[in-house]
Amino acid sequence: MQAQQLAEQARHMRVNIVRMIAEAGSGHPGGSLSCADILTALYFGGVLEHRPDEPSWEGRDRFILAKGHAAPALYAALAQAGYFPEEELATLRKLGSRLQGHPDSNQVPGVEVSTGSLGQGLSIACGAAAGLKLDGTSQTVFALLGDGECQEGQVWEAAMFAAHHKLDNLVAIVDRNGLQIDGSTEEVCDPGDIAAKFAAFGWDAAEVDGHDIPALIEALASAKASREGKPHVFVARTVKGKGVSFMEGQAGWHGKAPNADQLALALADLGCTEGEEACRG
Amino acid sequence: MVKLASAEEKQVKRATRAAYGVTLAELAAEGLPVVAVDADLSGSTTTKKFADADPAYEKRLFNCGIAEQNMIDVAAGLAVTGHIAFTGSFAVFGTGRAYDQIRNTVAYSKLNVKVAPTHAGVSVGPDGGSHQMLEDISLMRGLPGMRVLVPADYAAARAAIRAAAQTEGPVYVRMGRASVPSVYADGVELEVGRAYVLREGSDVSIFACGVEVEQALKAADILAEQGIDAEVIDVFSVKPLDEDAIVASVEKTGCAVVAEEHSVVGGLGSAVAETLARRHPAPVEFVGVQDRFGKSGEFEELLEYFNLDAPSIVEAVKKVRQR
Repeated sequence: MQAQQLAEQARHMRVNIVRMIAEAGSGHPGGSLSCADILTALYFGGVLEHRPDEPSWEGRDRFILAKGHAAPALYAALAQAGYFPEEELATLRKLGSRLQGHPDSNQVPGVEVSTGSLGQGLSIACGAAAGLKLDGTSQTVFALLGDGECQEGQVWEAAMFAAHHKLDNLVAIVDRNGLQIDGSTEEVCDPGDIAAKFAAFGWDAAEVDGHDIPALIEALASAKASREGKPHVFVARTVKGKGVSFMEGQAGWHGKAPNADQLALALADLGCTEGEEACRG
Repeated sequence: MVKLASAEEKQVKRATRAAYGVTLAELAAEGLPVVAVDADLSGSTTTKKFADADPAYEKRLFNCGIAEQNMIDVAAGLAVTGHIAFTGSFAVFGTGRAYDQIRNTVAYSKLNVKVAPTHAGVSVGPDGGSHQMLEDISLMRGLPGMRVLVPADYAAARAAIRAAAQTEGPVYVRMGRASVPSVYADGVELEVGRAYVLREGSDVSIFACGVEVEQALKAADILAEQGIDAEVIDVFSVKPLDEDAIVASVEKTGCAVVAEEHSVVGGLGSAVAETLARRHPAPVEFVGVQDRFGKSGEFEELLEYFNLDAPSIVEAVKKVRQR
């Protein structure tokens, strides 16, 4: 996919995100918008080997959304990739919908494991990476964590495990948007230099611009190809609420739905055209 | 009736945990994709015996170090990639320390993870109250879809691990540290969802699980000398509960005593009482740890101290029959 088309996928993903959260009346726009470019790189940039028409295809790479509250971003990516119809996004968080507030693997095709309780995804990814290695298969496991999530001690249990077991088929990405519910990560409980911490645990760690899709693709693809005994992590510098002017950099938009007026403003910011097909309820 | 241990076999004392590693090795030899994940206790839980059984099994045991939360979720990831993942550690850490991981990842995703810690109940002995897990059945029983197996002896533990491996989805197997006499003949096969009548009787139903099955059988011998004919039922599968077997027994006897090496809050006693309240109300007495923490002591001493021994069951039978 060309850079222009990738940018369009990411823009459309953000339109889907704000629309479905507005329709639901609740949800997490800030951290969904911050990771839209990362998911675009994974799902549309040729990084993840996957088959939307065959979600359980054995040869697929695995993606685990550790920061499960960014479910709207994952649902948008999966719908745009063809796992299920985009119109279904409008059912987010509604009774009877398979699009639960946090991803449920028993309901949604393309979701490998249910997440939502922070701190667990990297451990699950470690187990999956160990399992694939045990079976002698070459697929890669990707996990997307939040930066606030790195305050969970279990993340560092997993970091130690992955390095010890030389899980070089594991690529973690930390969405470093700098904000969590109670404020900035520095104010709440400073996670410090996350890349340096992972490096100290024995990981191959680097930083990347989390909104530069071509750079993300290059970084993730190169980590995927590198099997030198070390797990990989990218701390992706992002802006919480990216793409919607009044949500950018605002902790208050972590877990709040826009009202009708705010939605109109958000869609205008995202260059949403009158007839743009998506999840209008 | 399932085959019970002969008088000679009854003398053989073995811990339920001793069944763990050897049974995993057996299942692997039969071609099942079993893996084990432990947390620096592979010698105590005996998962190391699995790794040592064959050079090919060595890499199928993952040691997480002292990190039980990671242990459960690593098992979850192994299950996601098609393995039957058994977890280790002691029951107090392997359930309590990692409850959220068991709830939100294993149970909620319905993964093929077998939470099978050892050293449950007061069987840990001298390690004391911090290590004596008395709430695990309650915690695990409350999880939607979780099966809960509480084997009475070594042979039952082997059967439980086999049954867990052959059952798709989350299963909890509770094992202990102490060596206990044999109840069942070696090679016995026990099923998820079943309770087993070990001794028929007409005056009182004694429902027991784990090490209390042996105590219940002893109590029945004492009661027989006093002219009381007790029925003893091993509730091997606390969840799903064999409700029909429980109701059928109490329809016959009219009263029940439940015995477990666990808190009286939320465990087998609660499960039996819930069933009887709905289907056949009858007097019930509860032999278990009475809403308190454990303490240091030898296993047999603790059974007596916490009123978990056969004489305590006899007392409970007399009390329930007077109600």
